[in-house]
Amino acid sequence: MPDRDAIFKRVRTSLLQSSGGAPLPDYDPSALVAKPRLTGAGLWENFAQNFGAVSGRPMTELGEVVSFLKSEGVSYGYCDLALCERFETVLDEIGIEIVSTYDRERYDDYQFGITRAAGAIAETGTVILTDSSTSDRLGALTPWIHIAVLPEACLIETVGEALASFDPDETTIIWATGPSKTADIEGILIEGVHGPGEQVCLLML
Amino acid sequence: MPNPIEQYARDLSEETREAVRKSGALTTGQRVEILQKDYEDPDALRRLAGEIKQHTIDHLDSYLEQAEASLTKAGAKVHFASDADSARQCVLGILQQSDVQRVVKSKSMATEEIHLNPFLEKQGIETVETDLGEFIIQIDEDTPSHIVRPIIHKKREEVAESFEKHGLGDYNTDPETITRRARVHLREKYMQSGAGITGGNFVSAESGRIVLVTNEGNARFSMAPNKVHIAVIGIEKIVPRDRDLAVFLNLLARSATAQQLTVYTQFIKGPRMPSQPSGPEEMHVVFLDNGRSQILGESCREILRCIRCGACQNVCPVYRHASGHAYRAVYGGPIGAVLSPLLGGKASFPEYADLPKASSLCGACREVCPVDIPIPDMLLKLRHKGKKQGVSTPGSFPMAPFATLATSPTAWRTAMTAARAMNYLPMKLAPIKPLRDWLGDRTLPKWRGGDFRRWLKTRKGNNADA
Repeated sequence: MPDRDAIFKRVRTSLLQSSGGAPLPDYDPSALVAKPRLTGAGLWENFAQNFGAVSGRPMTELGEVVSFLKSEGVSYGYCDLALCERFETVLDEIGIEIVSTYDRERYDDYQFGITRAAGAIAETGTVILTDSSTSDRLGALTPWIHIAVLPEACLIETVGEALASFDPDETTIIWATGPSKTADIEGILIEGVHGPGEQVCLLML
Repeated sequence: MPNPIEQYARDLSEETREAVRKSGALTTGQRVEILQKDYEDPDALRRLAGEIKQHTIDHLDSYLEQAEASLTKAGAKVHFASDADSARQCVLGILQQSDVQRVVKSKSMATEEIHLNPFLEKQGIETVETDLGEFIIQIDEDTPSHIVRPIIHKKREEVAESFEKHGLGDYNTDPETITRRARVHLREKYMQSGAGITGGNFVSAESGRIVLVTNEGNARFSMAPNKVHIAVIGIEKIVPRDRDLAVFLNLLARSATAQQLTVYTQFIKGPRMPSQPSGPEEMHVVFLDNGRSQILGESCREILRCIRCGACQNVCPVYRHASGHAYRAVYGGPIGAVLSPLLGGKASFPEYADLPKASSLCGACREVCPVDIPIPDMLLKLRHKGKKQGVSTPGSFPMAPFATLATSPTAWRTAMTAARAMNYLPMKLAPIKPLRDWLGDRTLPKWRGGDFRRWLKTRKGNNADA
């Protein structure tokens, strides 16, 4: 590894030129909290407020999800096997089919995807997805609508707490704060670029 | 002749100037608004972030070692690249080993810096940029002019023309239609690629997690269907602990785009988990030096704190007036005026020695910097360096001879007096025809070089000896 050794050697030589080095500052994590974003009645209310402000759709009833899907005119979607039981019958009644295996060849056919969230952050309106909670990354990513199902116990108040609660076994943790978006063309906001254009979070009591 | 930035600004179309100015002013305003709304003392946060980053780069050897160990432990493969060429070869080697013919890329300034795309294309590997702005840059064979908003300089009409030209649909200037067309076109590319290449916004030494932020979700999509993930990251991107990321993520999104968090913020420290059907089986991290270790030992080392938010570009009056391409380098604006002459070693100085001069030293860049980098001080240091190394920045005619005269009092005095000879030369016999014709119709005023000096010297009260 000639490059590795050369880089470390250069870094160490250069550090001899600096004045010993600044200490790692000690700080109070509560100073990092955006307190005005947490003035609601509870964790869910704060989450819903902040998530809604970035075009996310917070929902608490299964019926809300069903009518939303109906209003979007969808007919076919992907659903985590563990959640199928909950959704299958209600969706079948209105003629919406779900499958629990994601077929890569059909990536464009899934109009919605239903997967589990590992958590949510109230302060920022963020849904947390991990490799072990998400049954298939593509199922949460390629459909226009993503529905993240969140167990109530997994609500976290602040960004700092969410970082502190990282599971060391999870190799991939994704925070999604609203639908995918861009403002690249003349600064005009467009939602739904590569990922979902609609991000739903359903609280599961 | 004006310096290159001034010249570029003069030639810039008013439309482009207005687009850059408007976007810069708007984002600057929104940044202040969100920071003040969310925090009692946002400046204290900026100072804290600066201190944490300064501490990290002051102990870069141990943190880099720790990050390497954490990543390796989590199953990622860590590579080191001394310079741009070494980094390109390293990426190529990984791709060849996995027999990858096509890669998708998410936006990364580090890969921009090492000019990765043209290199891979030359090696026969199709390389597709997936960030909407970068994709447009790529099909236009252009370069990004802003760290966060790569096509800040383009009008929607130009984008519509490019899309039409590249078979992405009929001429249509509606940003939503353009975005949908890119969505359709690019998801096919993601699904048919073998590898995803990304940058990295931060690396936590403690856990080895690399942090990737995108609003579009393209970094996530570059990884989810692919077998190989390669992240090219500057060695200065490290922070000590996971908890420190709260400081930086809060500041980065607010400083760059006035959001509380970037839409997709990803923390990755290895390949997908065995239970997960989609995602890379291999994760490679290429730590890039390319001059950074050199900067670390010099007087502008604080520039290594930079988290690439673009706030200094948005606020800078020179950037707003001249646009990012005026800086000729990968990084433009105040951050670029410091970084560009330093990165890449000897090749960049004196080549970019004029960039630090493109500033009124108004200090706005320092006031908005989320990691409190004293940019104006560095601009002065680099100006001084240029002077010390005898870089005559106005390097072309007629500024070069003027600069020589103007910096030497003796030569100036002599020239002023000697030029009196012009008063006695037969101008109508000038040796060059166009000049002769021009002079034929005109009478030059009498050369009076040196008169002012003489007057000043002899005027009562002006001369200390008088």
